[in-house]
Amino acid sequence: MSSHYEAPIRRPLIVGEKSYHDITVEVAAPVEGKANKLWWTAFTIALLAFLWGLGSIIYTIGTGIGVWGLNKTVGWAWDITNFVWWVGIGHAGTLISAVLLLFRQKWRMGINRSAEAMTIFSVVQAGLFPVIHMGRVWNAHFVLPIPNQFGTLWTNFNSPLLWDVFAISTYLSVSLVFWWTGLLPDFAMLRDRAIRPFQKKIYGLLSFGWSGRAKDWQRFEEVSLVLAGLATPLVLSVHTIVSFDFATSVIPGWHTTIFPPYFVAGAVFSGFAMVNTLLIIMRKVSNLEAYITVQHIELMNIVIMITGSIVGCAYITELFIAWYSGVEYEQYAFLNRATGPYWWAYLLMMSCNVFSPQFMWSKKLRTSIMFSFFISIVVNIGMWFERFVIIVTSLHRDYLPSSWTMFSPTFVDIGIYVGTIGFFFVLFLLYARTFPVIAQAEVKSILKSSGEQYKKLRDGNHE
Amino acid sequence: MSNKVVQAMYNDDDILLDAVKETRSANHHIEEVYTPFPVHGLEKAMGLKDTRIAITAFMYGCVGFVFSIWMMNYMMIEQWPQDIGGKPSFTFIQNMPAFVPIMFEMSVFFAAHLMVITFYMRSKLWPFKEAENPDPRTTDDMFVMEVLVDNNEAALVSFLEKTGTVEIKVTEK
Repeated sequence: MSSHYEAPIRRPLIVGEKSYHDITVEVAAPVEGKANKLWWTAFTIALLAFLWGLGSIIYTIGTGIGVWGLNKTVGWAWDITNFVWWVGIGHAGTLISAVLLLFRQKWRMGINRSAEAMTIFSVVQAGLFPVIHMGRVWNAHFVLPIPNQFGTLWTNFNSPLLWDVFAISTYLSVSLVFWWTGLLPDFAMLRDRAIRPFQKKIYGLLSFGWSGRAKDWQRFEEVSLVLAGLATPLVLSVHTIVSFDFATSVIPGWHTTIFPPYFVAGAVFSGFAMVNTLLIIMRKVSNLEAYITVQHIELMNIVIMITGSIVGCAYITELFIAWYSGVEYEQYAFLNRATGPYWWAYLLMMSCNVFSPQFMWSKKLRTSIMFSFFISIVVNIGMWFERFVIIVTSLHRDYLPSSWTMFSPTFVDIGIYVGTIGFFFVLFLLYARTFPVIAQAEVKSILKSSGEQYKKLRDGNHE
Repeated sequence: MSNKVVQAMYNDDDILLDAVKETRSANHHIEEVYTPFPVHGLEKAMGLKDTRIAITAFMYGCVGFVFSIWMMNYMMIEQWPQDIGGKPSFTFIQNMPAFVPIMFEMSVFFAAHLMVITFYMRSKLWPFKEAENPDPRTTDDMFVMEVLVDNNEAALVSFLEKTGTVEIKVTEK
């Protein structure tokens, strides 16, 4: 037993009396059982939203970008706002699976599978926006440096937009293999439990013939560790490069050196909020409250509180530096951001992102499931407005006052945005019914050190 | 040479670990151990060598780094240098700062993907590969140690029965 020692002060990560077999049964239950009415209702709503979005995308491609609310002054608005919002949400998954693995945080094991799924699904949504905004989507492959009939027509490696192409595609593909490698033993578990031949075939295919040899496990753990080591700087680089899209420009309000750390903190902030939104529902619907405990939610709330405060510091630093720089354009951009025609968006951003996470200082509030869910929604709204404020308020006051204007979205802008939310939930709901939503092999490996009954047993022995 | 193995099943990782140590010290050859999750200390108890997959990842990362330099130098400097927004692109070193993000991304891309492919190849994991675990319960809560039968099968079985096994089976491999 000594090898499974864990300090008694640490609270159990697996609640109740569980055996290895119980973990198998409970993780497999949502996959093997039948979907209930609630799932079908949620799925239908998500599917309808997705179809609406698909219609809006087809309309945009068929008619042109003119169907959006963009004008000659505000040439980037909802599309890039949504893009940055979705990429940001994706960051929590990698943070949980990679950074927390490097720091040996065992609480990651209950939530990493779903957080990584969220990463992949949200990066898919993010990727849609730049592609649609190209207008001629059938030429989307022109962003890649592939040999072409023009001979010397290469992509421009000086452009941050091209860095983004490389960053996002590396991020999506590396996250995908990280996720899938972790899934192999759990798919193998479903395969070996499957009764119907069709399911056995499918999960056999997905598990790549995983057999659980000692050597495989040794390599598996090493590969996970190295992937975590690679994914950690990768995830930081991705949102840094997303912020370069703005920071390397000459637009007052965008041209600031604080953007990379500020964007990364904001991304982690919004991502953790989305993980909370999804998992608070999933732990209930799929009966996984023993594995995704209140402690998990509390720890995520603490991350939300800290990153929210970092973001708040960045907002205030930006204001201070704008004043301190003595540059009138810069000063005006920030004064206009806070008190101009978009003051309401700025206020919404400030109250959702800086003020609301401060409630998490209270132990009572951060361990309340309902309140955590509420704050997670508030934070997601706030982070969408943060990107909207940065993008639209910086653009809508152009260099020539005769070009000053406002932006209002059309039904197509709204349709595509709602459509991506629908698409995201379609993917996530399908995932929740067909994938092992908890990394059960990893959870089994910490059962003896962090399971409630084993901890009790050990604490008893000390007396 | 006989390919007969004894498969001893255990229902607990600590018992398995002790059994592996005992079996090794009794000079029996452990053919393979199948477990539902990574049992820490098992590879040491079995005497497995450290995996070198992290070293390959480093080398793949270097390949990606060099490839990205070659690619951007060829495309931007050698084949068709252009003056883009007044940014100098006529020598590599002048243009290099703008290449740093993609150098990093390509290093990570190569290191991660080629390492995972190496892992899948070495551990024989790919779609349509048939699983080889001896019992479906080994992905649930059972641990199987396969020990090679050298000459005295009965002695080996009775030895293993004393290691805390819950089930024992002799099969041809």
